[in-house]
Amino acid sequence: METGVSILIGLFFAVAVYLMLSKQLVRMLLGIAILGNAVNMLIFTNGRLTREVPPLIPEHLYVPEIATANPLPQALVLTAIVISFSFFAFLLVLAFRAYQELGTDEVNRMRVAEPENDQTPPQGY
Amino acid sequence: MTPAAIDDTTLYAVLAPFAAAVVAPILTRWFKHNAAWPLAIVPGMIFLHFAGFIGPVSEGQTFVASMAWAPSYGVNFSVYVDGLSTLFALLISGIGTFIILYAGGYLKGHPQQGRFFSFLFMFMGAMLGLVLCNNLISLFIFWELTSITSFLLIGFDHLRAASRRAAVQALVVTGGGGLVLLAGFILIINATGEIEMSVLLSSPDIIKDSGLYVPIFLLVLGGAFTKSAQFPFHFWLPNAMEAPTPVSAYLHSATMVKAGVYLLMRVHPLLGDTALWTTVLPLFGGITLLVGTILAVRMTDLKLMLAYTTVASLGLLVMLTGTSHEKALEGAVLYLLAHSLFKGALFMVAGTIDHEAGTRDITKLGGLRSAMPITFVAACLAALSMAGLPPFIGFIAKEVLYYGTWGWLELGLPITVTAVIGNSLMLVIAAAVAIKPFFGPKVDTPKHAHEGPILLFAGPVFLSVTGLGLALIAHTTGVLFVGPTLSSLLGEFKSIDLHLWPTKINAPLILSVITIGLGIALFTQLDRLRSFIASVLAAIGWGPDKGFDQFVSGIVGLSAWITRRLQTGKMHTYMMLTFGFTALAVLLPGYLTNSLPAMPKMPEYRFYEWGIFFIAILGLIAVLIAKTRLTAIVSLGIQGFAVALIFMMFGAPDLSFTQFMVETLSVVILALVMTRLNLSPRDHRTAPAALGTGVIAAAVGLGLTLTLLAITQQPFDSRLSEFFTEYSRSIAHGRNIVNVILVDFRGVDTLGEIAVVVLAGLCVLALIRVRTKPEATSDGSDPDVVQTRKAEAR
Repeated sequence: METGVSILIGLFFAVAVYLMLSKQLVRMLLGIAILGNAVNMLIFTNGRLTREVPPLIPEHLYVPEIATANPLPQALVLTAIVISFSFFAFLLVLAFRAYQELGTDEVNRMRVAEPENDQTPPQGY
Repeated sequence: MTPAAIDDTTLYAVLAPFAAAVVAPILTRWFKHNAAWPLAIVPGMIFLHFAGFIGPVSEGQTFVASMAWAPSYGVNFSVYVDGLSTLFALLISGIGTFIILYAGGYLKGHPQQGRFFSFLFMFMGAMLGLVLCNNLISLFIFWELTSITSFLLIGFDHLRAASRRAAVQALVVTGGGGLVLLAGFILIINATGEIEMSVLLSSPDIIKDSGLYVPIFLLVLGGAFTKSAQFPFHFWLPNAMEAPTPVSAYLHSATMVKAGVYLLMRVHPLLGDTALWTTVLPLFGGITLLVGTILAVRMTDLKLMLAYTTVASLGLLVMLTGTSHEKALEGAVLYLLAHSLFKGALFMVAGTIDHEAGTRDITKLGGLRSAMPITFVAACLAALSMAGLPPFIGFIAKEVLYYGTWGWLELGLPITVTAVIGNSLMLVIAAAVAIKPFFGPKVDTPKHAHEGPILLFAGPVFLSVTGLGLALIAHTTGVLFVGPTLSSLLGEFKSIDLHLWPTKINAPLILSVITIGLGIALFTQLDRLRSFIASVLAAIGWGPDKGFDQFVSGIVGLSAWITRRLQTGKMHTYMMLTFGFTALAVLLPGYLTNSLPAMPKMPEYRFYEWGIFFIAILGLIAVLIAKTRLTAIVSLGIQGFAVALIFMMFGAPDLSFTQFMVETLSVVILALVMTRLNLSPRDHRTAPAALGTGVIAAAVGLGLTLTLLAITQQPFDSRLSEFFTEYSRSIAHGRNIVNVILVDFRGVDTLGEIAVVVLAGLCVLALIRVRTKPEATSDGSDPDVVQTRKAEAR
């Protein structure tokens, strides 16, 4: 059951990494969005896949009648989705503001923290 | 003879200086420089404590005491009291007493005098620990503590660059040597299984038989040679003269620099008397002796002259220790004692002259004997001992060491010749130090010279008189100090008989006469000799001291180069490195351990499942090749919704709904931002770059797929999931198990998640609200301006 999804996840990762290795900020952001999905599916698949049966307990029982999908990775992924979304939103705004401030969307030209021709350390004592 | 156990008093005696280091600044605040008097009681008491060991130790007894420190590693704070450690402990505490007094007078009125006392005491404690420690690891710790405290003392005048350089240099050389020594100790522990020196000494052949003798020998030598300033590591010692004179008089005469000699003497029964030992040590010791004396003659600064003769004396001691000849070793012990006394005194004399006359350049000094009579007498007594003239302890030392080298069959002649040349040059320096400042016509000095206070002359007078006194009671000195120490070196009890006056005319006496004659002849030609050596040195032009600077700037340059390679400041490089290593991390272990997953069978998927996979792949490809921003955004939405559908198919409706919502919001925000940015999402990479990044990306994807397959092929441990399923309704009263986990079982996690969302929201708000001033935007590329701007914004 997991084989096909595993290959699909690998594809998600490959596309995400390829986009993040771009020098264009916008494409890196697209990559990060896909990376979030890839990671979520990775966690989800690690808990094994079960078709169509959600982890719900019927009204009249204390435990589910039949085997359900694994609830634990679902809980983890639910948290992860929300966090990766806030992270993505923050990065988007940060990228937008960085573009406004620095006038470029090419990451290699954003050199505020590590300017070009940075001074070598002092040689004296 | 097995060592007898004693109570912990000796352990506390070693730690007492550290307590004094805490008290010293407070006392100095109360009593100013007169705090030296109460403070000197501490080393005085330590001296008395160790004086109590003289009697039993001279009868061949040894003692141990131990305190658990890290017993699971066999590391204890333990002391071993025998002849050698007693002699050193007495020198450290005895000379230390007078150094404290001297420091009181020398740094009178200095705003940091309390701190100086504190450093001195810390050093004293470290040095006592070094010579007394029985446990190899605690010995190493005290060894490095002396390096660190000497760094503080040499760099005490830290506003001067020369002082800082000297401090760093001493730390690098001696501290680095200490690390080499640690390697040697660990090797000893591994080879023998013993960690206590006294246990090792009880079976002297244990290291020689272990098969690791040569590496242990070389590593221990590395520690000893750096600490005791042997050629070619001698350069740090003269530079350390940047320290205030009390430091030089203490560290660079009797204590710190003798630590290497102490170590060689301590391990002599274990490592000594081999062909390697009797070749390497005399060779380097002899070279150091000659280099030290020749460079000393070159100098005109009193302290530097003394510093280079200290280098020479250390060379002489190493050379003598290297002979493994009983009589030569006796000479080494005697010379060690004599040197500590006269060199400590002479350094203090040099400091007093500097303090009272304002200069310590011998060409600018003269006729001080009437102005400073007490200092003059002390200088003369010490210098006579240094010159090796009777009736001083230096004379006895020289007689015995000539007797030893002359009688040493293997390499006696070259060693003796080296010793004679070295000693005659030593005499030249001694004469220059005693005669030039005090005799001749009175020269105008920067300060009006007059006798220093008692704090300043107490030390030199006492030490130089002791050098005379010990010689006058030569037999007792031999029995109480020299004999027991020699016993430690030889590993068996020896009693010796010393005389001040030679009983018959023999080779040593003739050698002494030659030494004195040669010395006086050279002294008359001192100025010519000095200019000759200066011209030779100028012709050579390079020395280890310069080499050290090149080494340091080379290290800095190398690290700067590596930093520039790794920290290019280009985001792209960082991403490439990060994902490159990620690919290796997920691929290599499976390949190397041969635990790649088995080839899986493709399970039967239903047609709509295939359809959704296909949509997801379509979305991904569309994002990759999108030419306009709208296509890119829509394609991103497609893969996101496909993921939501996958969640739906595999029994996770909650995830699915959340994913739908989040994807929708992402697309909306992205559209808002992208339309404002007005940027093309098109990729600009060249074909080779696309290939390179593509390979990395594919490797990461492949690695994670393989990892995931390998994991899912393992049996599944469902205990946690079963727990939640079982108790969801019965104790948490909820039927949606995922929700119960989120809000009940792991409620605090969810609180954390909400906090992250709130924080991200606040950051977004802050980013949008923060606007820079219009005038600053014009030169936005200037990092300083941007940083100031950010600071203002905060």
